[in-house]
Amino acid sequence: MAYTRQKISELVDGTIDDETLHTMLSSPKDTERFELYIDVLQERMPWDDRIILPYGPSLFCVQKSDTRQWVIRCRCGHDFCDQSDNWKLHALIHVRDTPELMEELYPGLMAPSSNWQVLREYFCPQCATLHDVEAPTPWYPVIHDFEPDIEAFYRDWLGLEVPERA
Amino acid sequence: MTTQTKKVTPMQEDTAAGIVRGGETLKAHRDRILKATRDSGHYAGLTHCELRETQPIHYNKLFSRLRAGVVDARETAKKIAASPIVEQEGELCFSLYNAAGDCILTSTGIIIHVGTMGAAIKYMIENGWEEDPGVAAGDVFCNNDCLTGNVHPCDIHTIVPIFWEGELIGWVGGVTHVIDTGAVGPGSMTTGQVQRFGDGYQITCRKIGTNDKLHRDWLHESQRMVRTTRYWMLDERTRLAGCHMIRKQVEEIIADEGIDAYWAFAYEAIEHGRTGLQNRLRAMTIPGRYRQVGFVDVPYSHEDVRVPSDFAKVDSIMHTPSEIEIRRDGSWRLDFEGSSRWGWHTYNAHQVTFTSGIWVMMTQTLIPTELINDGAAYGTEFRLPKGTWMNPDDRRVAFAYAWHFLVSSWTSLWRGLSRAYFGRGFLEEVNAGNANTSNWLQGGGFNQYDEIHAVNSFESAAEGVGAMALRDGLNHAAAIWNPEGDMGDMEIWELAEPLIYLGRKVKTNSGGYGKYRGGCGYETLRMVWNAKDWTMFFMGNGHMVSDWGLMGGYPSAAGYRFAAHDTQLKQAIADGAELPLGGDRDPDQTAWDALLPDSARIKRDKQAITTEEMFSDYDLYLNYLRGGPGFGDPLERAPQAVADDVNGDYLLARFADSAYGVVLACDNDGHYTVNTAATERRREQIRQERLDRAQPTRDWMAGERDKILAKQGAEDHVKQMFASSFRLGPRFYEQFKTFWSLPEDWTLTEEELDRPSYGAHYAMDISELPDVHPVILVEE
Repeated sequence: MAYTRQKISELVDGTIDDETLHTMLSSPKDTERFELYIDVLQERMPWDDRIILPYGPSLFCVQKSDTRQWVIRCRCGHDFCDQSDNWKLHALIHVRDTPELMEELYPGLMAPSSNWQVLREYFCPQCATLHDVEAPTPWYPVIHDFEPDIEAFYRDWLGLEVPERA
Repeated sequence: MTTQTKKVTPMQEDTAAGIVRGGETLKAHRDRILKATRDSGHYAGLTHCELRETQPIHYNKLFSRLRAGVVDARETAKKIAASPIVEQEGELCFSLYNAAGDCILTSTGIIIHVGTMGAAIKYMIENGWEEDPGVAAGDVFCNNDCLTGNVHPCDIHTIVPIFWEGELIGWVGGVTHVIDTGAVGPGSMTTGQVQRFGDGYQITCRKIGTNDKLHRDWLHESQRMVRTTRYWMLDERTRLAGCHMIRKQVEEIIADEGIDAYWAFAYEAIEHGRTGLQNRLRAMTIPGRYRQVGFVDVPYSHEDVRVPSDFAKVDSIMHTPSEIEIRRDGSWRLDFEGSSRWGWHTYNAHQVTFTSGIWVMMTQTLIPTELINDGAAYGTEFRLPKGTWMNPDDRRVAFAYAWHFLVSSWTSLWRGLSRAYFGRGFLEEVNAGNANTSNWLQGGGFNQYDEIHAVNSFESAAEGVGAMALRDGLNHAAAIWNPEGDMGDMEIWELAEPLIYLGRKVKTNSGGYGKYRGGCGYETLRMVWNAKDWTMFFMGNGHMVSDWGLMGGYPSAAGYRFAAHDTQLKQAIADGAELPLGGDRDPDQTAWDALLPDSARIKRDKQAITTEEMFSDYDLYLNYLRGGPGFGDPLERAPQAVADDVNGDYLLARFADSAYGVVLACDNDGHYTVNTAATERRREQIRQERLDRAQPTRDWMAGERDKILAKQGAEDHVKQMFASSFRLGPRFYEQFKTFWSLPEDWTLTEEELDRPSYGAHYAMDISELPDVHPVILVEE
């Protein structure tokens, strides 16, 4: 079933009512959701470039209107890198790798042991939004966690025109 | 394949002496189904499903009656069981299989066994059970062998063939999680053993009954192989009654609807399940590649881990990187290249367990339908490298607590899928992850009824749930391995265990931080009472949190243990003195410890896995059930929600500032309110602090690379994890070297570490045993 723009807006805001949420969870997915969702998000952005795919609450794949390049962009407008790259490699990182740094966030006995596991926090260099937290062992490579096939998604799955890409 | 009639194919003519409907042998039948599936890309060659397409109402009627039958059998049969694991927690499941051993449909409950019981049937098919010991109407088979695909020895399968007019038309299986299987230590998922020989009584597809009656030799043998005989026998009656209920219902349905329709349904339903998964993938996800990783700690070098073998007494980390590839055609592949080697502990898993169990999780997200069968497995390509912890290459491995890492390795897949859900706008499906489903309170001795007893508290069926993308995770609500989990009633646990409750409350600070926080777990404080010769142990994650947050959310808290001996609580109770009650609200404050005498022996540390430890009456044991991870940047959490968390005891007040940047004021009644202006200033200050102390990722990488080149900055348990993953995952090794720009000749092997590496080079699989044909269901 289809949902109103207002309901999708409430979904994004986390204010949606339980009844509609339950219906969303228990019903077949609404095919028009993606376009409505993008539309709701687009009007909230402080920039006009087209959102192609949301990567997180404040992280998006965006088509730059001037060059048609697809980039990974923070809500604040900071561009990390080309869409094909791993945005984390272009972020700021803070690593919690000592008991003192862990205990800023957890009671001592409830913190991970930093000689087993570290926390890696990835921030936007412009607005300091925390976009991701990795919790691997020391030495672990930065994970390129999401490489969507956006062309196939738009064209083959949604029947939408693929946005131009420089 | 023709499913509507009893047409005999050339292959059937070659094997006309078989017991399967139409005259095939079991082996010929399964071979034909597999070949037709391979050749056509559709289950059993069903390029079209005639019954479903031409008579959809008839098809759905069959589905509804059969599904209702297996669910009804579960609900009815579980009342026979005395074990609270089965009766309270619902740790049982019934599944219906076609003649080839592929699952048609299953009940609710521990549906991981869709595949494990099917693997047992396939093992019987592939190893000539039809010839010896024979398969006939009225036979009863029992299996719990982990080398045939069972999760762990405590999951006991009862399997009954179904015949119609003298021909085999399918199978029904029932499984319960029993309290004890006679392993080295008491309890169902024990830690003390490091090999199969000690992992508990294991039965390999044994015929234990004929003419619907259990053999006397079986009853005499099995009841003395376990500690909890009464529970064991009632569990067996539970399984057998459920199987017979389902068999009877199948017979009635065939009488009503005809054997041709049933036979067609038994194969078309699986193709339906396969295409259903592909449709859901297209409807809910985004094609592409998703990468994630899971870890869990195995801290065995501690004095309270008493194992028989020196070579097992090492710290290690279990590691599973995964790549999900969703293709344009809606098919998908799950590749676990880079996973670490199996180990000398009880946390290994069989390939069937690993793959079948994934559906337990997927039914809570990707395929939340009633049609749970082997179709999804046929619709998924799995790659599990041989020798890894989830596909061991040695027949000595132990499996008793396979769940220690199954949970953490699967839940990273859910995190990956959540990126797709989020991208498409299906925010209602996003889940930051799942709690590590521990602690497991286990042990045994003589109980309050003066009987040999073992306990395994399934309070762990209600952990904190990961945050959604639109609201907090549920508190103390669920466990990934049982969608219908429940913490159980204290009164029932006190009947089942000689352990009095001194507290049961939410575990403060256990949920991961985020714009939406993970659900908190809970904790119970138990006092030993009226037990004799009693032992208990801890089982859970401690040094590592085994799931991450999502999109800026933090992992949940890690585990720890608290136990106290020589407490003198008997005297304290008699004196009316203050007692340790409620929860260990802030473990850094050690409030309980101050109420105990100086002579008390207190275990309060990060050692969350132990082996049997002696406990006496009035000793204390904390059962801490973990929380779930968070979603989104914590600085975006509504300040009032943080105040509510503190007032509700979900968050310690000091972390309102450091984790959320929320400044609270506390009134005389201890009630916290938000100082809005100060919060805005504090959050701005934290943003600046973030920028000040962070560095560009590539700068950090340069420093980390130097450490790796010098082989510094990682202790041996971390290095051993990498070394074993490098050896079993050449692609992982190359990717590691490429990422860190390491020289081509850079290596790291287990041999260069100052610790034993038994099992790294010498292994022997069951396929090397005489006359054994293992069933391989994945790419290795």
